[in-house]
Amino acid sequence: MSDTESPGPDASGDTESDPSFDPAEPNTGDSFEPVDVFPDSDDFDLRPGADSCYKCSTCDTNCPVAEVDDDFPGPKFQGPEQWRLKQTDDDYEVDDSIMDCSNCMRCDNACPSGVPLSQMHNTARGQYVDEQMSKLSVEYWRNRILANYRTSAWFASKVPRLANFAMNFGPARWAMDKAMGITDEREFPAFATETFTEWWAKQGGAAGSRERAREARERRGDPVDADKQIAYFHGCYSEYNTPEVGKALVRVYEHFGYEVVVPDQGCSGTPMFANGMVDDARRHAEVNVSSMSDLVDEGYDAIASCTSCSMALRQEYPELFDIEGIDDVATHTFESVEYLRIHEDLVDEVREAEVDDELAEEFAYHAPCHARNQGLDRQAVELFRDLDGAEIEDVGESCSGISGTYGWKSEKYEKSMAIGEEMFDHMDHAAGETGMTECPTCAMQMEHGTGYEVRHPLELLEAALVE
Amino acid sequence: MAIESAVLVVGGGLAGLTSALAAARAGADVRLVSYKQSTLRHASGLVDVLGYTPDGDGPLRDPYEAIPDLPLTHPYRTVGVSTVRDAMSLFDETVPTYRGDHTDLNALVPTHGGTIKPTARYPASAAAGLASDDRDVLLAGFESLVDFDAPHAAAHLRSAGVPFRVRGATIRFPGDLRADAKVTRYARLLDTDGDVTVDGRDRPVRTALTERVERELDGEARVGVPAILGDDHAAAVREDLGERLGVDVFEVPMGPPSLPGLRLEDRLFEALDDAGASFETGNPVVDYDGDGRIERVFVEKNGARIPFSAEEYVLATGGLVGKGVESNREGVTEPVFDCHVPHPADRYDWFEDEAFGDHEFAAFGVGTDDGLRPLDPDGNVEFENLRAAGSVLGGYDFAAEKSGSGVSIATGYAAGRDAAEVVA
Repeated sequence: MSDTESPGPDASGDTESDPSFDPAEPNTGDSFEPVDVFPDSDDFDLRPGADSCYKCSTCDTNCPVAEVDDDFPGPKFQGPEQWRLKQTDDDYEVDDSIMDCSNCMRCDNACPSGVPLSQMHNTARGQYVDEQMSKLSVEYWRNRILANYRTSAWFASKVPRLANFAMNFGPARWAMDKAMGITDEREFPAFATETFTEWWAKQGGAAGSRERAREARERRGDPVDADKQIAYFHGCYSEYNTPEVGKALVRVYEHFGYEVVVPDQGCSGTPMFANGMVDDARRHAEVNVSSMSDLVDEGYDAIASCTSCSMALRQEYPELFDIEGIDDVATHTFESVEYLRIHEDLVDEVREAEVDDELAEEFAYHAPCHARNQGLDRQAVELFRDLDGAEIEDVGESCSGISGTYGWKSEKYEKSMAIGEEMFDHMDHAAGETGMTECPTCAMQMEHGTGYEVRHPLELLEAALVE
Repeated sequence: MAIESAVLVVGGGLAGLTSALAAARAGADVRLVSYKQSTLRHASGLVDVLGYTPDGDGPLRDPYEAIPDLPLTHPYRTVGVSTVRDAMSLFDETVPTYRGDHTDLNALVPTHGGTIKPTARYPASAAAGLASDDRDVLLAGFESLVDFDAPHAAAHLRSAGVPFRVRGATIRFPGDLRADAKVTRYARLLDTDGDVTVDGRDRPVRTALTERVERELDGEARVGVPAILGDDHAAAVREDLGERLGVDVFEVPMGPPSLPGLRLEDRLFEALDDAGASFETGNPVVDYDGDGRIERVFVEKNGARIPFSAEEYVLATGGLVGKGVESNREGVTEPVFDCHVPHPADRYDWFEDEAFGDHEFAAFGVGTDDGLRPLDPDGNVEFENLRAAGSVLGGYDFAAEKSGSGVSIATGYAAGRDAAEVVA
């Protein structure tokens, strides 16, 4: 904005003693010298965002937590208001309600002024955990273990059958609830007996994919040397729990003639942001950005099948970390179906396809909160509208309530279920008895609340397009 | 490649939604993209057509009668009275929970400030509150909802000379809701008739609220409360409270964030879905390709530019508040397609010194031809396949005229209808 531009060389700067000063003739800006209110720092500057908030409270009407929790002050407080309090008082402590924010990020999509609410929440939460939460507390370690799901999942994947038994062994779960605060109301997700990357290696990895992609291009009549290469960010859940989603992605992309590579990767960081474990998230982000940015340089795009993973790479990384190549990676990251909608004639292919009922005839679809900011909350419903043999019904705009690790915490379980109530109710009224969503933890909640099996849109796309 | 549709509407407010709906109902393949969630929840939920003339005469009895006398540059003159009527019919068909379609005449609806707003349509929830009704009114405000001071609003209405007795009382909303509880919290509690703690006992909220309002009633036939009576089940909540109290209960429309606005938004998006249209929100249109004709536009997502292409485009990005028109020290611009926005060169001519003066900036926006296509400084069409609708249009001051919703609906309808005709 020109209001804050530096004054020109002829600026006198001294308007107050000017005898011609007349309040009815406002300062035209020629002699305006902006005051630097806050000294330079290496932190991301949240000031313009805080200043953009005109307190319309639209964000608050989108907050699923504030709708059910009388103690939660809502995103407007957690973001711009708390940020201002921090600037004016050096001893200001971040309010502990920041830990009740579930990081659904719906407030971002709500704000008509573009206030980076979730960036403010992530920053405040990181500060709270860093400076105010005892590193000896059960809560800290419980959160840290939940946030680092990938580590537990990695161990479990070595002995999946034993892990599946042990993780849902009643007395152990009772003890986890009492001692750790991990609710025993939920069943732990099953670990696959073969991880996605184990399967991928058996398919010949990148070399195998190149071969299959070329065959597909020939079949489709595309140029055989077409520049169609993607790097798959499978995330932890497709790797350890639902490899069928990863397999569907590979098959669908190869069907369209894309060569798939699966680079080294850690967790996207989503559960870590939500728990204020920003250092943990950064460690993983460094791995991901490093491997992805090399591939982006070579012309690959990064594709995620989980909307929270794509959200992390696209938005949270550049908002929270300054890592070389991070902006390039963010710009080249897409959600899996979105990318095909942009680059392929997906609508027509789906329109001409049909599916039998191998998955289900009718699906109750829930759009994950993290799909919203990416403009993807309607994607599956609109895409499959024209697919013969399958009906997709949107179960409404409410949040599922689990928000990753949030609903796993004993003290938040009830709240999580209260938020999810509307979705359960709508799922109950929908014709389908199979759920559909892009988000693995929403899927957990859908299954927990209704008992439905839950599918990823890629699985239906695979059924429709890949023979 | 690009994400394709026949018609692409840019903007998710009342103009964009009406435009997409009109085009979709006419059989076109329509997609709507909106930077953020619709701003309808900023609106009171009242749908006006014209309350005052540009000279400030009014409140007008019949808005339609006044349209032919508006200046030629007014958007209503561009589309014509019969299009305004067709557009309102589309609205009426789409939103059956609204009232006022039985007459051309304006209704007089009390606002949360105690003023009276001339409006063409109003939510059924506000129907029992009309100022033309001579039954006595109790306005019941809630201590924690400071936007509505019931005794003050009542006094204001009395001094406006309403034909009934009106009193205001402030009560405590039952339960221990936090002082700044969100309107959605009240609505959800009432929707589900959830329990609240009153004097140490758990009571269903509707029962507890009824008791508190009842204590204040003194023979009034109707009770007005701030517009928080439920979201998904608003009609049921209102009727239930009315039956318990033995009076008509109505909602007083409130400022943002507004539940009547939110309910209208939900209804319009639902209608858009039913009509087979596609839509997405969350990211802005930032650029376009094309010269004289728009080939495609780009939606920016965290640095990535996603191409969307269509045959016909509708620009419905809002005005100065909605950021569809922007200004700085250099001038006034339309940021997406850089359409010309007429304005005086000297920015001290943009406004008057009096706060409520006749500011020129209030009517800033693009000028168009008869088909709502924006014009360049020489009076030529900027793009043959771009139409503008809603407050991105210039030539009217909706806040002073009380014509914001009507212009959005009428021009949105016209733009959508005409775009659909081209692609048919």
